[in-house]
Amino acid sequence: MTGVQILFYAFATMMVLSALMVITVRNPVRSALFLVLTFVSCSAIWLIMQAEFLAIVLVLVYVGAVMVLFLFVVMMLDINIARLKEGFISYLPVGIGIAGLFGGMLAYLLYHMDASDVKTKMRSLYPPASKPADYSNTEELGEVLYTVYVYPFEIAAVILLVAIVAAIALTFRRRSNTKYQNPDVQVAVKRDDRVRVVKMDSEDKK
Amino acid sequence: MITLTQVLILAAILFSISVAGIFLNRKNLIILLMAIELMLLSVNMNFIAFSYFMDDLAGQVFVFFILTVAAAEAAIGLAILVVLFRNKRTINVDDLNEMKG
Repeated sequence: MTGVQILFYAFATMMVLSALMVITVRNPVRSALFLVLTFVSCSAIWLIMQAEFLAIVLVLVYVGAVMVLFLFVVMMLDINIARLKEGFISYLPVGIGIAGLFGGMLAYLLYHMDASDVKTKMRSLYPPASKPADYSNTEELGEVLYTVYVYPFEIAAVILLVAIVAAIALTFRRRSNTKYQNPDVQVAVKRDDRVRVVKMDSEDKK
Repeated sequence: MITLTQVLILAAILFSISVAGIFLNRKNLIILLMAIELMLLSVNMNFIAFSYFMDDLAGQVFVFFILTVAAAEAAIGLAILVVLFRNKRTINVDDLNEMKG
């Protein structure tokens, strides 16, 4: 067993165990933290498969932004965990049954995958020769992303913009007791509306 | 050296776990969203595995776009969740029966 295999099995075990914890622990905060552990071990496996850029993006974007968002929401909501967890035991056989069926079907397919058939379509079941030391995954990805995939890239940017606007529009609320400025009325005001010149006689000094 | 089959089996296990998670936590909307994130992760793992073993960058580009869409989906999903909780004081799926669907 080589070092890479040992690392792969270690991270795979960590990933499966923490994914199991995500769906079984009672407290949603712990569940979110175990999801972070799953993402981190998954990014290590992506590093083993030489997808450096995506591994780092997974940690930065998912662990750094999306999971922090999850944690914020979980901690902001005052939820009754006991009520949410009722029925867990009664759903357990169904859940294990469906997952077992699904996993069994996938395992059957993978086990009976015809290696020769795959080889003609896929070149190899085994990894390609490793790249030279000065090879940059990020650079290669950037080269195709900004040329071949430039329209999907722009659409992705628009999707993110829509997500920003939608999230703000959904959660924004006006409080009835807060005072706001009215800029157009402020700008349209004239001198005569504000200043009144009063004519009066000077008083005698005693 | 790892083989393609090992990575595919790992992704299949992860997907099965998240399917089980959807069935087990049928009441908690937050855990349901997390299970969907896990599913997307296992699909991404398959994409990266095929990209690596076929020596083709298209799979990684696709993962990049899936990550973008998944981040947008998580942000909007959580915003809807917050609005829902503000209006109904609950995130229990059983209580969300306004439309009698």
